[in-house]
Amino acid sequence: MDLNKNTYVFFFSTAMVLVVAALLSFTSIKLKPLQQKNIALENKQNILSSVGIYVSREEADLNYDKYITDSFVLDSDGQKTDIDISSIQLNKETKKPKKDQNMPLYISNINGREKYIIPLRGTGLWGPIWGYISLDNDMNTVYGAVFDHKAETPGLGAEINRDFFEKPFNGKRIFDIEGDFVSIAVVKGGAKENDYHGVDGISGGTITSDGVTAMLKERLDKYLPYFENKMKENEVNDIMNFIEEDINLNDTINKLN
Amino acid sequence: MNQKKEALFSKKNKKLITDPLDDNNPITVQVLGICSALAITVQLKPAVVMSFSVLFVLSVANVVVSLLRKFIPSRIRIIVFLVVIATLVILVDEVLKAYIFDVSKELSVFVGLIITNCIIMGRLEAFALGNPPWKSFLDGIGNSFGYAWILIAVAFFRELLGSGTLYGYPVLEKLGIYNIGYENNGMMILPPMALVTVGLIIWVQRIRNKKLIEPK
Repeated sequence: MDLNKNTYVFFFSTAMVLVVAALLSFTSIKLKPLQQKNIALENKQNILSSVGIYVSREEADLNYDKYITDSFVLDSDGQKTDIDISSIQLNKETKKPKKDQNMPLYISNINGREKYIIPLRGTGLWGPIWGYISLDNDMNTVYGAVFDHKAETPGLGAEINRDFFEKPFNGKRIFDIEGDFVSIAVVKGGAKENDYHGVDGISGGTITSDGVTAMLKERLDKYLPYFENKMKENEVNDIMNFIEEDINLNDTINKLN
Repeated sequence: MNQKKEALFSKKNKKLITDPLDDNNPITVQVLGICSALAITVQLKPAVVMSFSVLFVLSVANVVVSLLRKFIPSRIRIIVFLVVIATLVILVDEVLKAYIFDVSKELSVFVGLIITNCIIMGRLEAFALGNPPWKSFLDGIGNSFGYAWILIAVAFFRELLGSGTLYGYPVLEKLGIYNIGYENNGMMILPPMALVTVGLIIWVQRIRNKKLIEPK
């Protein structure tokens, strides 16, 4: 048979494409649930490590229920909505105009103090980068941060998911001394000592580092209305606690007298 | 069958595995697959993972094409190769994502790179299309090993000199080399140094193996 006859070439390519398509869609459908479970567990694992709790992927479910006390979605005015947090896809939200965006937020309770965990999403050099950053209950000091990426260069930009890059974020501040929002920047060549708004960049990974800076600024900015409300609320709470302690103290002194 | 049956590991078949390691190495002699040798030799781990993936894809693709060799129309053979390679690569990727999630994260972008690896295309065209499945399989294994050892050798030097670690383990720090004023060479992690390292390996190889030197 002449293998180069047009009819045969058509027949061969059609058959080949059909076989391949069937094989691939079958695999994809069969494996999808397993893959999604892995991704969901990894997200929980990342949320936990942003507040300093490091667990294996298998234990993520259990610890998530233990440490994450609340999670909800905010509208652009910083008000709670009743949208289901699992329905939010950050990569789609970030493309919407600012006032239509919904912002997911997780709250964790570590040693009796609330931490606010903000999911991040941005772009690096070759593809998306994402992560979680957690703030202390002054809504200013960073409690922890984790980052990850799809396809950054190994040894360079890909290092953003390593401890040496993530750890320096702890204790940084997102507002300056006057209370203006400045976010945190990844500084090429290294941040200055006592710089509350900068961390060391990665040599050779400047575009990824800049991506992290832009992502933090863009994402945190959307939560500002919520932070402001919360800051006032927390301040009032702190004063109330203080007064309560004061009253207790007075009681004790009175009793002693 | 009046043909004399060849032993599974006859001298000729063994040569299919040993040749690509030295005399006919895909990277240092044929100078194929340079793109991936450049991109993923910054650290040992991705290089090792990449080597295993290429081993799987190349040996299976070789067998598949060899089985189909009497049916593939030569006018569209390159497209057929591409489809076979891409299918295998996607299958590997899907299975890894479902069962060995951590490895799949490590591989990420390199999975795509396998499709464009010229060594695979080259072996399908030059060998599998004209040889029976078993020989093609051995050829695939041999060439993958030839590719792998260069990749791992380059990654070894680049990670050790560039980051001071091996497979993520801080060797130089543990040895206390930094205390006497040593510093990592940042240039080693940049792509051009992969080419220089491959060049040095080629140089050493030709000093050792005189057969490779072209007559003047």
